[in-house]
Amino acid sequence: MTLAPTPGQTVGPFFGFALPFARGHELVDPGAPGAVRVHGTVTDGHGQPVPDALVELWQADPAGHVVQRHGSLLRDGTFTGWGRAETDRAGGYWFRTVEPGPTEPGRAAFLAVTVFARGLQNRLFTRAYLPGDDAALAADPLLSALPAGDAATLVMDREPDGSLRFDIRLQGERETVFLTYDGDGHAGRDGVSA
Amino acid sequence: MSDDDVAPISTELDTASDSQERISSEIEAGHAAYADGRARGEVEELGPRKDFPPYRSSLLRHPTKDLRHADPETIELFSPVFGERDISPLEADLTIQRGGEPIGERIVVRGRVLDGGGRPVRHQLIEVWQANAGGRYVHKRDQHPAPIDPNFTGVGRLLTDDDGRYQFQSIKPGPYPWKNHFNAWRPAHIHFSLFGTDFTQRIVTQMYFPGDPLFPLDPIYQSIHDPRARERLIATYDHDVSRHEWATGYRWDIVLTGSRRTWTEPEEGEH
Repeated sequence: MTLAPTPGQTVGPFFGFALPFARGHELVDPGAPGAVRVHGTVTDGHGQPVPDALVELWQADPAGHVVQRHGSLLRDGTFTGWGRAETDRAGGYWFRTVEPGPTEPGRAAFLAVTVFARGLQNRLFTRAYLPGDDAALAADPLLSALPAGDAATLVMDREPDGSLRFDIRLQGERETVFLTYDGDGHAGRDGVSA
Repeated sequence: MSDDDVAPISTELDTASDSQERISSEIEAGHAAYADGRARGEVEELGPRKDFPPYRSSLLRHPTKDLRHADPETIELFSPVFGERDISPLEADLTIQRGGEPIGERIVVRGRVLDGGGRPVRHQLIEVWQANAGGRYVHKRDQHPAPIDPNFTGVGRLLTDDDGRYQFQSIKPGPYPWKNHFNAWRPAHIHFSLFGTDFTQRIVTQMYFPGDPLFPLDPIYQSIHDPRARERLIATYDHDVSRHEWATGYRWDIVLTGSRRTWTEPEEGEH
């Protein structure tokens, strides 16, 4: 049986009381071993900040395990691998998390990222790859199939303070590559093309 | 849709300058082109266009490149897990959160969440949010001068049950003006945020109410070009869901995309 999917619609501007939750952007506590800040800015086609966006992050733990434990909305010291951050007035967002391990040996590690905003009719998926393991990044099926400039939009930058920067450009120069998956029936015309 | 003899589309957000007539003609032209394409055998569209100029906020925010195909990897084949610790059962009743009775038509909304294979999406989080009966959100950026209802936040959270069913109680939201164009009004709607068993099934969408006269005028609803796909967003009035002397009832089933993961019956005690 195959059912026709329910279409997506924009998150709109007024999700502020519904979706953000206490410490939603803190996947680990301050001072947790290996804690790292993942941060960036969401910008539009004019390079202007998008102050009413929501970024979700979903990731494996440092050992590459996908945690399947209840409590993804709770911040009780349990790492569940999921977080949610609103952008601020300057379009900025940040998470405190740990770096994921590769979920299979030799593969490139990445954070799964979902972007919502007023003006986006549907959520956008992308990946934020960990920098550093050049061999794994070069061998990654998605990155290696992209032009170098496009692939670069999916790899985080290591900042001098050790944090990881992942800017999300919805449009324009160095536009972030956004993803669709087989059977993503929520997509309109745009998601059908390869 | 870009005629040379009409004024250029403003890329300023919220300028509220274009007329409904112009927005409607853009919508109609886009839909007519889609219908022509369908008649020539082009593919059925199941979701909204990411670039839909009648929705002015999309102009500078939609990706201009095609979405890139990816094979989902391990992390993308699972979703975060939510359970009874995450939320309170009381959060499924939006009419009791402030201790007093909110103003408006009490409603019950019920349905099932299924994946593309018809399997129930069990024990997953649904988040809902909506305007009050006067068409106003409890949000500092909502400056529509309709009354704020002190007894209504318009926010709820709930989990689907063993069979993928959900139910919540609320107040029917009102339509409200927005600054997409001059005299723009959004049809009454409730926002839904849903997770599936795979992260690739994640969606945010909106449930609409049957018979709304604002449907043809609304660029967000009409960003879905296919009429059958649009209708999947409209709830059904269901008299069996209505409650005597208490609330009217609506039914709305939600279908996520198909799961890519091998599906197994949950073990006893596993949620």
